[in-house]
Amino acid sequence: MRNISKTFGSARALSNVSFSVEAGEVHALMGENGAGKSTLMKILSGAYDADPGGEILVDGSPIDAGSPQKSKAAGISVIYQELSLAPNLTVAQNMFLGAEHHRFGILDRSAARIAAAPILKKIGADFTADDIVSSLSLGQRQLVEIARTLTTNSRIIVMDEPTTSLTARETGRLFDIIGAFKEQGLAIVYISHRMEEIYRLSDRVSVLRDSAYVGTLARDEISAPKLVSMMVGRDLSSFYKKEHSAHEGLGNILLSVKNLGDGVRVHDCSFDLRAGEVLGISGLVGSGRTELARLIYGADKSVAGEILLGGRPLDIRSPADALAAGIVYLTEDRKRLGLFLDMSVSDNVNIGVIGEDSGLAGTLNFARARERADKAIKSLSIRTASTQLSVGALSGGNQQKVLLARLLESEPKIIILDEPTRGVDVGAKSEIYRMIDGLAKRGLGIVVISSDLPEIIGIADRALVMREGRIAGEVLASADKPLNQEEIMTLSTGAADAGAVARQSQGTMP
Amino acid sequence: MTTTEAADLKKRQWRATLTALGMLPVLILLAIGFHMLSGRFLSFSNLSIVMQQASINIVLATGMTFVVLTGGIDLSVGSILAAAAMVGLIVSLIPDMGMLGIPAAIAVGLLCGLINGAIIAYLKLPPFIVTLGSLTAIRGFARLLGKDSTIFNSDLPFAFIGNGSLFGIPALAIIALATVFVSWFILKRTVLGTRIYAVGGNIEAARLAGINVTFVLLFVYAMSGLLSGLGGLMSASRLYAANGLQLGQAYELDAIAAVILGGTSFVGGVGSIWGTLIGALIIAVLSNGLILVGVSDIWQYIIKGLVIIVAVALDRYRLGHGSRT
Repeated sequence: MRNISKTFGSARALSNVSFSVEAGEVHALMGENGAGKSTLMKILSGAYDADPGGEILVDGSPIDAGSPQKSKAAGISVIYQELSLAPNLTVAQNMFLGAEHHRFGILDRSAARIAAAPILKKIGADFTADDIVSSLSLGQRQLVEIARTLTTNSRIIVMDEPTTSLTARETGRLFDIIGAFKEQGLAIVYISHRMEEIYRLSDRVSVLRDSAYVGTLARDEISAPKLVSMMVGRDLSSFYKKEHSAHEGLGNILLSVKNLGDGVRVHDCSFDLRAGEVLGISGLVGSGRTELARLIYGADKSVAGEILLGGRPLDIRSPADALAAGIVYLTEDRKRLGLFLDMSVSDNVNIGVIGEDSGLAGTLNFARARERADKAIKSLSIRTASTQLSVGALSGGNQQKVLLARLLESEPKIIILDEPTRGVDVGAKSEIYRMIDGLAKRGLGIVVISSDLPEIIGIADRALVMREGRIAGEVLASADKPLNQEEIMTLSTGAADAGAVARQSQGTMP
Repeated sequence: MTTTEAADLKKRQWRATLTALGMLPVLILLAIGFHMLSGRFLSFSNLSIVMQQASINIVLATGMTFVVLTGGIDLSVGSILAAAAMVGLIVSLIPDMGMLGIPAAIAVGLLCGLINGAIIAYLKLPPFIVTLGSLTAIRGFARLLGKDSTIFNSDLPFAFIGNGSLFGIPALAIIALATVFVSWFILKRTVLGTRIYAVGGNIEAARLAGINVTFVLLFVYAMSGLLSGLGGLMSASRLYAANGLQLGQAYELDAIAAVILGGTSFVGGVGSIWGTLIGALIIAVLSNGLILVGVSDIWQYIIKGLVIIVAVALDRYRLGHGSRT
């Protein structure tokens, strides 16, 4: 790609970006959210038209970009972060979507099955071409996406954060497949936020920042501090921040959860949360962490157990009850479950408190709302042109901060954060860690659910590990010994195959 | 600032203005067009006839806007209007207590809306199906009220609602505009209004934000029912009569068309009451204008339908650019 630029209205999403991929190479693309990675990828896939002046060359000859069909014909396949499968169709139907096997318009199902089978075998799929996609796990669906790219004659495969929703084992298998692709001489563009994946996979890393190309590192030059400083444009000496000190026995017990369960995904969970403590909850995706948090918050109904706040039992039947008791919950899926994307930053920050701010007959207090929104933008350094801009127009990290601001406006005592830094760029991540630390210092009780082990280790005082809906164990940290990654992995995978997985996912963030 | 940037800024400002205006230019063009064709469209007397004809649909469409903003739909407004008109007239026939017909009609509307809302909010059934059912059931109820015949009251105590005027402006139009104003206030100036937009924008997020989604849903359907009841009262007082079978047939379609023309999103969360007002006026201007120009009844249907589709297509085209998420 040479001199690629893209402007939306007056906003420049990419300026003069050039980069190249060789056959048999994994070229990683990194950058904060909003740096232009997705835009670049969409130009590559033909979803967007680049501004005049830029060109895309495959094997030295320019391709006529600007339409997905033409990009496909040139051998470029893109696997998006949000999977684009039709869940109601079978694996084979999805693989050949748009290029169905047919005879005179009548579907030839068996031909599709026959064509699909060797591809599925090649990538080591443990499902068949006839399975309905909705019955597959997220990891399996990812494999279907990959299988789809193999049905066309792809030579360049672009993957956008393919491991976001995969378990450690599924990730391992994906990496094996990527390795096999390399040997076959395919070129792979790999977009990711996760440093350990970059270490493991990439031959070269290119970094984008503020819509511009920053530089490329060869394999032997790759180091975390170097990459981070390229991405944020400055050194981040203290990425994680843990200045508050809360070890067993310091604060009073704020929240007690006793034998809580929903009878399906969560069973018999008990723990205490102290004031001024950051409690991590770790575990594999699907181990019931989110479900436990939703039970405490009243988003789902519990069938067993009780919740005590400061020793007094609480009757939480809805999120409104939890909010009234001073418990707030940050959802892991901010776009689907958290934000009102069409509404303004100000409305999103204020939605929980407009009731208490309102005047006669529930009339809105605009002055107070503006005050709160301005304060939130300042204290969380939310980057937005105006409080009236719709939240959908902000980057992931800033959207997350808006949602956090909403939670803080209700002046909670207990904050449950579910994957607080998912899909958030490095700079905003660091700011969120700083904020969590500050809140703990002020004596709030904070629960952080995270799949990112270095994150749990970096910010939590102790960690609960969940497995199959139960709390499998607790890992403690002391002043001189931080949380142990191996211990957490052992607990979350079950002792038997713990060793292998723990080794597999080693690697640390700066 | 370079010239391209300046041009770009200008373009965006132009687009923002265009977005804010919505369908207003279409309404004005139609009015001017009909005036040029007929020579008498833009007269005070004709315009007050247009307002009078539009008024009931404005009231229904206003209620519909509340519902559509939450991502729902209310198909039963025409039937509720008929039932409310029947009750209003029946009560008006009670000697010396005829004025009670006003609260009675409105109460019937409110009650029907509450029933719709309760089924949708508590039993969590799809609004389309629930109100399709009540469309039929309430229609039957309306016929039952008059033993399937037309009820008359030539000495209607509240006839001023349908036929009175203030400074030459028909009372019906004043009621419609007042309804629009009150609704605008609720939607844009109260906590409840913000919550209606929130529920329509993302119902699950609204619940997790502690919003009482059940109450919001109950409110919007109750509001739609209440305004349908008001529509029934307006209709009864204009005609001095009501027929459970014929009154309000297919009114829901005009109300929905007005909401669509007004640019309110059918997915919920986006839209405004001013848009709905303009949408309802476009429909009324078309009906009136086509009659003035002398277009036959059959062709009026075809033209109205096509105008709705073209107008919405233009709207999509207008909004389709410039935003990305």
